[in-house]
Amino acid sequence: MDTTVAATGTEEEKWGGGTRPLNASYGKLMMWFFILSDALTFSGFLAAYGFSRFKFMEEWPLADEVFNHFPFLHGTDAPMFYVALMTFILIGSSVTMVLAVDAGHQMDRKKVAFYMLLTVIGGMVFVGSQAWEWKNFINGEYGAVKTKGGNILQFLDVETGKRVALEDFTQIGPRDVVPYGNSKGIWFESSGDYNATYTIEEVKNGFAANPNVTIRTQKIEVNPETGASEKVVLSRADALVKLNKEAVGVVEGANLSENEYGAPLFADFFFFITGFHGFHVFSGVVFNLLVFFNVLLGTYERRGSYEMVEKVGLYWHFVDLVWVFVFTFFYLV
Amino acid sequence: MADHVSHTEGHTEHKLEIFRGLVKFKSNTQKIWGVLVFLSLITIVEVALGYIKPDVLNGTFLALKYLNWIFIILTLVKAYYITWDFMHMRDETSGLRRAVVWSAVFLIIYLMAILLVEGDYIYQVYRDAAVSTDF
Repeated sequence: MDTTVAATGTEEEKWGGGTRPLNASYGKLMMWFFILSDALTFSGFLAAYGFSRFKFMEEWPLADEVFNHFPFLHGTDAPMFYVALMTFILIGSSVTMVLAVDAGHQMDRKKVAFYMLLTVIGGMVFVGSQAWEWKNFINGEYGAVKTKGGNILQFLDVETGKRVALEDFTQIGPRDVVPYGNSKGIWFESSGDYNATYTIEEVKNGFAANPNVTIRTQKIEVNPETGASEKVVLSRADALVKLNKEAVGVVEGANLSENEYGAPLFADFFFFITGFHGFHVFSGVVFNLLVFFNVLLGTYERRGSYEMVEKVGLYWHFVDLVWVFVFTFFYLV
Repeated sequence: MADHVSHTEGHTEHKLEIFRGLVKFKSNTQKIWGVLVFLSLITIVEVALGYIKPDVLNGTFLALKYLNWIFIILTLVKAYYITWDFMHMRDETSGLRRAVVWSAVFLIIYLMAILLVEGDYIYQVYRDAAVSTDF
């Protein structure tokens, strides 16, 4: 800190906030401290995620099986490519943001506006991508069965080892109750077993009738040869016994209380952490839009400084920074 | 707020070298693109490793696979360059740098260590318990 006694006539400026501690303006300093506290919030969430993951070390879903969709490539197994693309989009919009800050230093209004616009578009594309990701996660793909103990059983082809969807081996049987549909206007009422497309009895019958289907549990074991983590696959005989003895319900897709991919906590953390991050991106887009309009109106030109662009820029880069960690801990590790 | 104080003096001057001076850039814009290329390369390596999952990296060190160590280290490298060059932490005073970065780093390491050890302990209790969790 500078301890030099200011020259005469500057006292007012000094005590009026003219002296900048740490050589940063008040606004930037406060933005940094906000970012610090927000970073600690996010690390609290991610640490809680790590806690639960260590707690359920042997049954956590394998991320590259959960997130393997890519737009327009329906049915193709493309693990992580989509989130990688989202990462590039966000890093890209970080770059346009820092270019806007740079243009602001040169007091180039048109350039700042152009880069701010690109940043806003990048942010919107990212939020849209996240919505698409949520949609896939919520709808699910193959469907699964829930046991009394709250574990998930998934279905596999005996020969290929590939996942099999419920619809591939289950027939809808006669129903004495017509399922409620969204169009009936009572969507919010739980209709028990008829909420899912199939009843557990239908799945059991279908499974018994299809000898080429077996069950995969959510237990992870280490392959002694390669050292890779793999889910335990039951023999056909064991699978029949387990299904008939333990299965209590059909699970399709994911929500806060159950999900077809495995431990329900996985879905809870996914919704909560990516949701909280998505909310940050959304608010960042709103701030960026406001600043963009102010740039167009010439507010900062008149103020003689584009520091506001720098401040929202810090927030925007922070959002990117958090995503880098979410990407690693949700999708890679 | 005394808004009339000289804003322009702020941080128009940027430090233009990364990797401890190994790579030097001519302008700030050039540096931004350079950092983008570097961050993209790291992301590509991460995704490639995550896709291939080489068996060589399945060994463990401190209860974590080598592959996961690589991911975490690469993530920290990315975080460093985002903070230092995109957020211009490189150009701030060391006091500001330490106030923000050290607080975060030490608190997060502390939190992580406690929670992960505790999570692992509960996992062991479940594993060795007389009561089955799979019924």
